[in-house]
Amino acid sequence: MLKDITFGQFYDSKSLLHKADPRIKIVLMVLLIVFIFIAGNMYSLAFAAVSVFSILLVSKVPFKLYLKNMKAILPVLIFTAIINMFYGEGEPIVSFWIFSLTLEGISRAIFMALRIALLIFISSALTYTTTPNDLTDAIEHLLSPLKYVGLKNAVHIMAMMMTIALRFIPTLIEEAEKVMNAQKARGADLESGGLIDRVKALIPILIPLLLSAVRRAYELAEAMECRCYNGGEGKTRMKQMTLSVCDLWISSGAVLISGGIIVLNILI
Amino acid sequence: MKMDNIIEIKNLVYEYTEEDETFVAVKNVNLDIKKGSFTVILGHNGSGKSTLAKLMNGLNKPSSGKVLVDGIDTADEEKELEVKRRVGLVFQNPDNQLIASVVEEDVAFGPENLGLEPKIIRQRVDDALKAVGMYEFRKSTPHRLSGGQKQRIAIAGIIAMEPECLVLDEPTAMLDPKGRAEIIETLKRLNSEKGITVVLITHFMEEAESADRVIVMNDGEIIDDGTPKEIFKKVEKLKQVGLDVPQTTELLYELQKNGFDISTDVISIEDTALKISAVLNSEE
Repeated sequence: MLKDITFGQFYDSKSLLHKADPRIKIVLMVLLIVFIFIAGNMYSLAFAAVSVFSILLVSKVPFKLYLKNMKAILPVLIFTAIINMFYGEGEPIVSFWIFSLTLEGISRAIFMALRIALLIFISSALTYTTTPNDLTDAIEHLLSPLKYVGLKNAVHIMAMMMTIALRFIPTLIEEAEKVMNAQKARGADLESGGLIDRVKALIPILIPLLLSAVRRAYELAEAMECRCYNGGEGKTRMKQMTLSVCDLWISSGAVLISGGIIVLNILI
Repeated sequence: MKMDNIIEIKNLVYEYTEEDETFVAVKNVNLDIKKGSFTVILGHNGSGKSTLAKLMNGLNKPSSGKVLVDGIDTADEEKELEVKRRVGLVFQNPDNQLIASVVEEDVAFGPENLGLEPKIIRQRVDDALKAVGMYEFRKSTPHRLSGGQKQRIAIAGIIAMEPECLVLDEPTAMLDPKGRAEIIETLKRLNSEKGITVVLITHFMEEAESADRVIVMNDGEIIDDGTPKEIFKKVEKLKQVGLDVPQTTELLYELQKNGFDISTDVISIEDTALKISAVLNSEE
């Protein structure tokens, strides 16, 4: 059961976005998010929305999966919208106590909710089309200029930690399952009782898991030493990231969208 | 003459302290490993064989005595990487040796640390994966593979650094019989085809069968050293140091004890059967 959880959300539908360089994808995602927040009027925001939906279409990932992500964030979305609704100035439509609902507030709420929704969609488009390993590599590459400002090894260490975490998540999940079964076989009751009882029941699972993780870390460190790891100094990489035509396509797409948003902002 | 040996161990002692008590894990060991040889070190748990493995590539430093790898002293901190790229160490649990979640990226880890050119790394990774018969799994993730497959990836990760010597510390202890056979098969091939020196540390006597040389350790000391045939003759001695004798050897030993003129120097089922039938025929 637990084993089926895949870390990350990669969905391999072999689209243009899948082939693109992860570094470019991350940069463009940030760019588009900025422009979604720059979009100041109805028209430019509508244009941004249409653009984001066309990106989702290009990704060839079933729309259902995007909605699944949206569902998880829905409470935050609604909460933000409600807060914004009572935040506007102008003529109140309804008012009670210190709250007053205004037209401006309602439009602000819709704007905010739409922006957040688009932000979620676009970041899901990144995680659905990029494997966690590629994301890690891309982040390491993008942050590599930090080494010139005194954070020499920090970027490499962060990336190494992410790589190891990705590698050990399935292993630890498997182990957690084993420990749980072992404790159940010894009569541990994990399912019934109140919240406190359940949390208490987790202790005999977490402690062996923690101990074993520490032991694993020690062995892994030795194995890494045996493979000549010395903190990433002078390390090269087998996988070289290269730009392709796909990157040109998606970059021009993103530039067009940003341009469109600016034009609509100014003209209307 | 010196260059004939990849590893030279001289008067090696290794002590460690735990809760104010000093233990001696390795007592005055002298041992040379010839280039291109296949050596098996047999010993039960606590015989000091794992400690010896870590001493061979400088992961543990000698308390006294010397370990020379290709003439380089492992105690020399400056040359630590030089030693480790010559002698690769593979451990018992494959899960705790793999660092990346894609097979080929894991195998690339060693050569990447050596700072090689991307193209050369690619070549070495492909060669190493082919050598252990895991090339078609290069894009899979380790946690979907069997124990034997994972251990082969771990071996590939070491041989991608092109070491002269491969030291394996009970690489089959956590595997099922199928996985165990896969590993032994792989090691034999690496030894005969690629000329890599293999030092296999184990407590399974069966695995010593095809070795050039078998070393028996007990209580931090080498108590016997010889060809597999010479060693397997001494069933009594092996049993005394807590080693499990294979069933075939056990059978021959019992027959010998009961007055048959038969030696216990074979291990495989076929050879045992031949021996027994030869004795039966001569009795007639």
